[in-house]
Amino acid sequence: MIEESRQATQIPAGVSLNQDRQALNIEREDICIETRGLNLYYADDQALKDVNLRIPRRRVTAFIGPSGCGKSTLLRCFNRMNDLIDICRIEGEIRIDGQDIHHRDVDVAEHRRRVGMVFQKPNPFPKSIFENVAYGLRLQGVNDRRKLSEVVESALRAAALWDEVKDRLEDNAFGLSGGQQQRLVIARAIAIEPEVILLDEPCSALDPISTAKVEELIIELKERYTIVIVTHNMQQAARVSDFTAYMYMGELIEFDDTSRLFTNPRRKATEDYITGRYG
Amino acid sequence: MDKLHLDKHISRQFNEELESLRQQVMAMGGLAEEMISDATRAVVEGDTELAQKVVESDDRVNEMEKTIDERCIMVLARRQPTASDLRLVVAMIKAINDLERIGDEAEKIARMAIRLAEADRPRTNYRELEIMGTTVRGMLHDALDGFARLAPEVAVELVRKDKNVDADYEAALRQYHTYLVEDSRNTRRIIDAIWVARSMERIGDHAKNIGEYIVYLVEGKDLRHATLAEMERELGDGGSSRSG
Repeated sequence: MIEESRQATQIPAGVSLNQDRQALNIEREDICIETRGLNLYYADDQALKDVNLRIPRRRVTAFIGPSGCGKSTLLRCFNRMNDLIDICRIEGEIRIDGQDIHHRDVDVAEHRRRVGMVFQKPNPFPKSIFENVAYGLRLQGVNDRRKLSEVVESALRAAALWDEVKDRLEDNAFGLSGGQQQRLVIARAIAIEPEVILLDEPCSALDPISTAKVEELIIELKERYTIVIVTHNMQQAARVSDFTAYMYMGELIEFDDTSRLFTNPRRKATEDYITGRYG
Repeated sequence: MDKLHLDKHISRQFNEELESLRQQVMAMGGLAEEMISDATRAVVEGDTELAQKVVESDDRVNEMEKTIDERCIMVLARRQPTASDLRLVVAMIKAINDLERIGDEAEKIARMAIRLAEADRPRTNYRELEIMGTTVRGMLHDALDGFARLAPEVAVELVRKDKNVDADYEAALRQYHTYLVEDSRNTRRIIDAIWVARSMERIGDHAKNIGEYIVYLVEGKDLRHATLAEMERELGDGGSSRSG
């Protein structure tokens, strides 16, 4: 049926027919990350208030909301980045694949391998392109050159960067453009085969063309990974995500199928935010 | 239009763009309504001057459609509206398409009125057309009123009235058929009257469509092609399901 309509309208194969998709329902999704009664405090300030959220596997979930609403804080909880902050205190539960990530048996380093993170500003290491992508494997003790080459190539291909860098793998990563650096960082994250990729405003420092490439990449990556993205750009959330969570003042206000949330949100607070109204 | 909070955008310019577009749609609707009213009177009273005025008005309706369309596209391109703003722009783009078609139908009626004015008047003096014309003008009036008040429930009433108009149209056809059988010298006049009835019936359909866009605008639901019962069920609880 889809193939027929592709021919009829001459849409090239490989272009995603997003408009063909059925409305998504969280109840029918396989859940990857789940939070229950999650509270987070920085000293006496409460940054997350009783967040109950279920993030589906192999989908893109976007967090939107005004600055300081807690969306980045929530994202960082998932790979225990907040452990690094002394004054931070967490109550409640976060489960990934049913496992409590704060359980004392959990090895934080291993956990962060499973849950990779990409930041706003690309942060390649001051090394060659090859070594940037191979870094995680070397940490794991892999030094076999052939094995490393294989993984580096497949990660760079998956990050849609291979064709642009295959002839200069030994060049310093700082020589790449911002958009290429960001895709390199994503390649570095996927080289160690995580389950979840967290993206904290991955395009806010990129021009529109690089942004489009990263967005295209995000949509491709969801075939294999669960992706959670924090963005200030609502159109970006609308373009790339399957589900969207709107947060305000540390609370999860609304969580829904992205197409529903952007055309007919259930709550007025969400509507006011996405349409640029003051409440 | 209070429920849309068009004055609450952080961008005052955006408030003004949407409000001014909304007013232009209402003005276009008002003109279309006047055209139906005048065209109907022109048929019934054989008033060729009034008919001529309707024919000329159609150009204005066409111009208005183009202007509003262009400005809606600008809003889509520049503001990327979401949620109720998006639904408002989409509803307006769709509504003006129906309004333009209503203008075309009114123009056709007016052209028929000019030809009918030259022919003999029937005994009934086109009373059946007067009734249909008044009904469909009322339907458009209700649709525009529902658009201004954001009252999705008018859609249900419009579906009901449209069924009545369809029945009136069938009845008129049967009546004209009898006339044709009675006296074939009336053929040309009767065919023109059938064209008028047909245009009026189409105007009813367009007014009903506008009612459906109001449901989409206010409730975010697509009730096109829904049965009357389905519509009553969907709109039965009398308003939006949104929580604060």
